[in-house]
Amino acid sequence: MEKLLNWVDDRFPLTTMWNDHMGQYYAPKNFNFWYFFGSLALLVLVIQIVSGIFLTMHYKPDGALAFASVEYIMRDVPYGWLIRYMHSTGASAFFVVVYLHMFRGLMYGSYKQPRELIWLFGMFIYLALMAEAFMGYLLPWGQMSYWGAQVIISLFGAIPWIGDALTLWIRGDYVISDATLNRFFALHVIALPLVLVGLVVAHIIALHEVGSNNPDGVEIKKNKDENGIPKDGIPFHPYYSVKDIVGVVVFLMFFVAVMFFAPEMGGYFIEHANFVPADPLKTPEHIAPVWYFTPFYAILRAVPDKLMGVIAMFASIAVLFVLPWIDRCKVKSIRYRAGIYKLNLAAFVISFLVLGYLGMLPTTPGRTLVAQIGSIVYFGFFVVLWFTSKNENTKPVPERVTK
Amino acid sequence: MRKLITAVLLAVAPSLVLAAGGGIKLDHADIDVSNKEAIQRGAQTFVNYCLSCHSAAYMRYNRLGADAGMTDQQLKDNLIFTRNKKGEQTKVGELMKIAMNDDYAKEAFGTKIPDLTVIARSRGADWLYTYLRTFYVDTNRPTGHNNKAFADVGMPNVLWELQGTQEAEIRVDENGTKHVDKLTITKPGTHSVAEFDQLVNDLVTYMVYMGEPMQLERKTIGLWTLVFLFIFFIVAYMLKKEYWKDVH
Repeated sequence: MEKLLNWVDDRFPLTTMWNDHMGQYYAPKNFNFWYFFGSLALLVLVIQIVSGIFLTMHYKPDGALAFASVEYIMRDVPYGWLIRYMHSTGASAFFVVVYLHMFRGLMYGSYKQPRELIWLFGMFIYLALMAEAFMGYLLPWGQMSYWGAQVIISLFGAIPWIGDALTLWIRGDYVISDATLNRFFALHVIALPLVLVGLVVAHIIALHEVGSNNPDGVEIKKNKDENGIPKDGIPFHPYYSVKDIVGVVVFLMFFVAVMFFAPEMGGYFIEHANFVPADPLKTPEHIAPVWYFTPFYAILRAVPDKLMGVIAMFASIAVLFVLPWIDRCKVKSIRYRAGIYKLNLAAFVISFLVLGYLGMLPTTPGRTLVAQIGSIVYFGFFVVLWFTSKNENTKPVPERVTK
Repeated sequence: MRKLITAVLLAVAPSLVLAAGGGIKLDHADIDVSNKEAIQRGAQTFVNYCLSCHSAAYMRYNRLGADAGMTDQQLKDNLIFTRNKKGEQTKVGELMKIAMNDDYAKEAFGTKIPDLTVIARSRGADWLYTYLRTFYVDTNRPTGHNNKAFADVGMPNVLWELQGTQEAEIRVDENGTKHVDKLTITKPGTHSVAEFDQLVNDLVTYMVYMGEPMQLERKTIGLWTLVFLFIFFIVAYMLKKEYWKDVH
């Protein structure tokens, strides 16, 4: 066995890679609950890829056949329903864990120097994930697939001069059609997953280059013992591999509960209108994107002007990219930051949830007003952060991690 | 501040009540998809009254047979009334398709006729239960009937012989919107009100089953999966405890 390993190591850095990323990757010993979501995101990615492969074996990317092929998977393919629900639940689960993962970053300042690139790669993952989810949602070819895509693609039409040509180019037709379905299928099953996996690798390599942050925001590499091992660090394997298994099992309990007992999740994970086949001649009464897009959709609708709304919507995502440079506070963790940051972050989270809720509902003047206030609070987070973070009244940060 | 709170409440409240059904209050259907007899009775009503204009083109006859405890012969004798191009009776392994095509449907009813396989998943059981029981006489409509849950529906009142005919008290509010307040049976059908409600309830039970034939199976598998995960959790937790003993 050892001879075989040596043989491989002479030709491929297997042992080195294992040690760099698992056996001798020293992670802070004080990770808490919030640190489960990175590994869980990776788990969901694997679930989506594997279940996706099996769905692709039976699904037909054809305007005339797509809807029926999904029902064929649900009924005639042995355990096809299981694979399909795994994939549909996985899509929502992906956003749940990614949002919690991002919130962790906000709380503990994981995006700050020297981890700006990890954050940027992460944001690109988020962007690719949104594109992936959007294109995947067209594939069942139900009414909400069709009209949701129609609404979102038409947003690009608001761009001056090139808008109409751009939407035509995206759709490959004057309306959402078979051509659109086919290209979205290609992008959903090949192009975007490749991009996603590549970005995830970059995200992890960047993380393992600088080392993990922790709930105290202390750089554990500043305190090393005589062997050069961080005093507050423990090898990822076996400590965090066994800990993450516990996280995985608990996560799977929730995942499985939804998948087997409420796969539609009351119409939030699979919308009711999506059980009606796509009909270009019949607009549904109320078009709402799936829950993970609704905060941004609410921002879009909160702005009276279409172009300005589109700009606001894209800005609400774009602004997250520059977060590491907006937040100029040297202290990372919320534990040692001023009350203003805690308040600001709480307001940001509440505005995100309220916007997400409003984005699912039809508009009324009252709701639009609330969405406008929510949008101001959302963007206000970054404005307040910029002005308050430089000279924030922080608490002293300990030398070593606390328990 | 008070204005803001009112705005928030106004924004949130109505959505919870009027989520579906065009604003009318829906009657509650009592659905139990583990009741095989109800599914059998519902299937019988379905193939007799629905499955000539409406297809159920993703559902196979023998899937119904297997799930509701009917043999192939019972399916052939009681439920399969359609024929293939050669004039032979549709095979038990085939999908519940019909002869009606979209062009003819448009000519006859002014619209395409929706497939019903997954209708219970888009409309919901309560809506179907209400809709099928709230046709009322309206001489302005081409079919002579209108519907409380689906105003100006193109579908004729196919169950009238069973239910009898209903007349509606119509109220027009200040905005000019019509409300159907009360329905009364003016000409009784072959079924009493209770019998008819039961028949529709069985029919809707069948449609809920048909929308997701594996729904009972998935709950059973789900339960065992959770039991497995619970045991796995205990093992994983103990393993973690053991390893982490020496971390301080």
